[in-house]
Amino acid sequence: MTPDQLASLSDNLFSISVALYSLAVVAFSAQLAFGRRTARTRELVAAGGATVAEEVPAPAAEDTRGRRWGVIALGLTALGALAHGAVLVTRGLATDRLPWGNMYEFSTATVFVAVVAYLVFALRTPGLRHIGLFVLAPVVVAMVLIGLFLYAEAGPLVAALRSYWLAIHVSTAIIGFGIFFVSGIASVLYLAKVRHDERVAAGEDAGGLLSRLPGAAVLDRVAHRTAVFGFPIWTFTVIAGAIWAEAAWGRFWGWDPKETWAFIAWVVYAAYLHARTTAGWRGRPAAWVNVVGLLVMIFNLTFVNMVSTGLHSYAGVD
Amino acid sequence: MSTVAPPRPPAAPSPSAPRRGAGLLLRWWRRLTAMRTAIVLLFLLALAAVPGSLLPQRSLSQNNVNGYFADHPTLAPILDRLYLFDVFSSPWFAAVYLLLFVSLIGCVLPRGLEHFRAMRAAPPAAPRNLLRLPDAGELRSPLPAAQALDVVEEELRVRRFRVVRRDGARGPELSAEKGYLKETGNLLFHLSLVALLLGLAGGKLWGYEGSILVTEGQGFCNSFQQYDTYSSGPLIDSGDLSPLCIDLEDFRAEYEENLTAASFTADIRYGGPGEEGRSTTIGVNEPLRLDGDRVYVTGHGFSPTFTVTRPDGTALEDVSVPFLPSDQSTMASQGALKVPDLQADGEDQLAIEGFFAPTGLVQGGILTSVDPRPLAPQVAIVAYQGYLGLDSGIPQSVYSLDASQIDRGSLTEVGSANLAVGEATTLPDGTTIAFTGYREFAALQYSHDPGQTWVLVASIALLTGLLGMLLLRRERVFARAAAAPGDGGTVLTLASLTRGSGENAPRFAALTDDLGAALGARTRAPEPEDPPRDS
Ligand code: HEM
Repeated sequence: MTPDQLASLSDNLFSISVALYSLAVVAFSAQLAFGRRTARTRELVAAGGATVAEEVPAPAAEDTRGRRWGVIALGLTALGALAHGAVLVTRGLATDRLPWGNMYEFSTATVFVAVVAYLVFALRTPGLRHIGLFVLAPVVVAMVLIGLFLYAEAGPLVAALRSYWLAIHVSTAIIGFGIFFVSGIASVLYLAKVRHDERVAAGEDAGGLLSRLPGAAVLDRVAHRTAVFGFPIWTFTVIAGAIWAEAAWGRFWGWDPKETWAFIAWVVYAAYLHARTTAGWRGRPAAWVNVVGLLVMIFNLTFVNMVSTGLHSYAGVD
Repeated sequence: MSTVAPPRPPAAPSPSAPRRGAGLLLRWWRRLTAMRTAIVLLFLLALAAVPGSLLPQRSLSQNNVNGYFADHPTLAPILDRLYLFDVFSSPWFAAVYLLLFVSLIGCVLPRGLEHFRAMRAAPPAAPRNLLRLPDAGELRSPLPAAQALDVVEEELRVRRFRVVRRDGARGPELSAEKGYLKETGNLLFHLSLVALLLGLAGGKLWGYEGSILVTEGQGFCNSFQQYDTYSSGPLIDSGDLSPLCIDLEDFRAEYEENLTAASFTADIRYGGPGEEGRSTTIGVNEPLRLDGDRVYVTGHGFSPTFTVTRPDGTALEDVSVPFLPSDQSTMASQGALKVPDLQADGEDQLAIEGFFAPTGLVQGGILTSVDPRPLAPQVAIVAYQGYLGLDSGIPQSVYSLDASQIDRGSLTEVGSANLAVGEATTLPDGTTIAFTGYREFAALQYSHDPGQTWVLVASIALLTGLLGMLLLRRERVFARAAAAPGDGGTVLTLASLTRGSGENAPRFAALTDDLGAALGARTRAPEPEDPPRDS
């Protein structure tokens, strides 16, 4: 295939993956709607190798319709992720370079990592399949926004990006961001679930989708484990960025807006890890810190790229 | 009974003033070094950095700051008084990170000392009631107590535990511990942060940076007088600069088909003043690195050349000045050429303000640039005559005319023209200005940062410490042996503790299984002195 054909194949695959993710959202909703639990069971849930005795909606306790929808939803998500991965591969082949040279490619890759991170969790921990709706819905929104506002034609890289540091710094940035994305969503769900549990404890009929989420402790643990995984990656990203900046811009750190927000995110995640081990901060306050971390990351990807003028202006967005 | 409290005798047994002061100090110290304070300070640090990214900063662009002052004439001076245009060198930003680092040292050093003491001490004795620990269980074995504990010890040592055996009040027992490196990682991480800060500070104090535009065929030497702009640390003076001169021999900009910039490379010659020097090529992402110094290409542009001929025939041949690119994608550039000394009298100086297009397109008399490559260079010039004020002692920009001189009428417009290479225009007084071509210039930056290597080493140590702290786990395992009721054999009570995580149960279950299997194997297998015989 010619580069042009590959590039348009990549664009088509983008639409296909958005369509598949949207169908997965429908299926996840159906799972939650039909998957009425017949009984509450105690089960050992392995969250990334962790085992916690938690009350969770056990798949076995769901009725078959719900279970079937769950499997369909995961299948659609996996197919969508396949198409999503192919978007990046065909872009890379079309341009003969790593497919993260502008904001469209970078954010597409970031969302891909988030979906893969979710899939890994869902396969290892059946209890987490139920948060699929809450991961995939933001994913679809993000993909639509990326397609509408960030799209850039396949093309060559500007001179400053032609360095092996692109592979190192930007790849780890994408992975770190994708992981923090899942972590932040887990904390948001944790906060919602804790409130829900309080309502239930107070005798209110809190019902609804939230009762079908995994237990608060499981969500909190997922948030923490992902953040612990993401933090060294993000640390490495910042260090690698500084090393690259030293070669490309003549100084390793210059408080360029992008650098500043990477620093802010790093400090916020350090605060989150501290909060998790500090009495008085565990639980809800810590989860809020994690949510702030996610907001900072999103702000850095969107606002700082598009609005402020810094050296990192490679967004390719007019 | 009196309702009035009697005056306190001065010799009351309350703590003396200095002692009270010390107590207060201690309380504050404890508060400062508490983890909660660390979290709050981390938040403050993140928050303090925010205005530095939202408001223009002098360290990034003085121009943008000037623009902000022009747009917000009342607000800007107030913000300026709060250091909001110099956030990262402001006293309040420094206050936050210095407090954070004092807190860090006060928190981490005592922990470090305790850690080194613990590393040398034996693992602590087993708690009295092992079954109360979160992870605990029992194993039975027909082996006698000492041998059963031998098996456990061996298995734990294989797993790199440090093991001590003790004869406790409740029977023979064993304590084992591993994962000391986790705490070492924590210390390494936090202390690396301090090292990193010191490296940054050193770089700021003893570093400098200068920028200069160099046209092909010209050069500069490393001294503050020569640079267009420079900044230097407070502990550097001009005598400390490395004696190095750089000549730009050739500059090339290459572009892809769609005009994306592909590479900028500069062939340079460098060496001490008066030396022959060595040749090398530098470019984007590939600076020249010398001992402690670096030279970068940070940009490029064009210097159009003009020949100015007076009516009496005196000519200045091929004079040029760098025009600064105003649009990187087309390299449309602007600049000003000041021609002071063509004639002796001061009132008849000539200045040319111009727009340079490497590939020009004239539409409706307006020149625009359509390609960053110099395929069809053109200039649009406006000529002024009058008094330039170059000898007035007021510093002037080399790259533009002072608009107020035009407004005041000390410079008057005398002609304008769009010129391609080789074309000329004649002014009313008979002076001709010919556009003869262009030279390329490179924007070079000379940097010296003695803290840089130190910062890199500290970052690597930081990352290593972080990985150790996050990936390793600190585990303690205890075992106690007691005679089984009935016909001999042993009951082993096992328990484990993992610091800082409640994810221990499956690991403990696996360990118990392994120990059970090892005990079983030892029971069935004949002792080594009685090896099995094959038939
Ligand atoms: C620049 C400031 C700091 C940064 C970036 C930072 C970062 C971190 C990180 C990422 C962790 C790992 C948390 C985990 O194990 O999950 C950690 C742990 C720790 N930090 Fe800090 N820290 C800073 C300052 C401080 C200060 C000021 C203190 C003391 C007041 C402190 C005390 C600790 C302690 C005790 C741990 C270990 C927690 C545990 O073992 O449970 N740190 N730090």
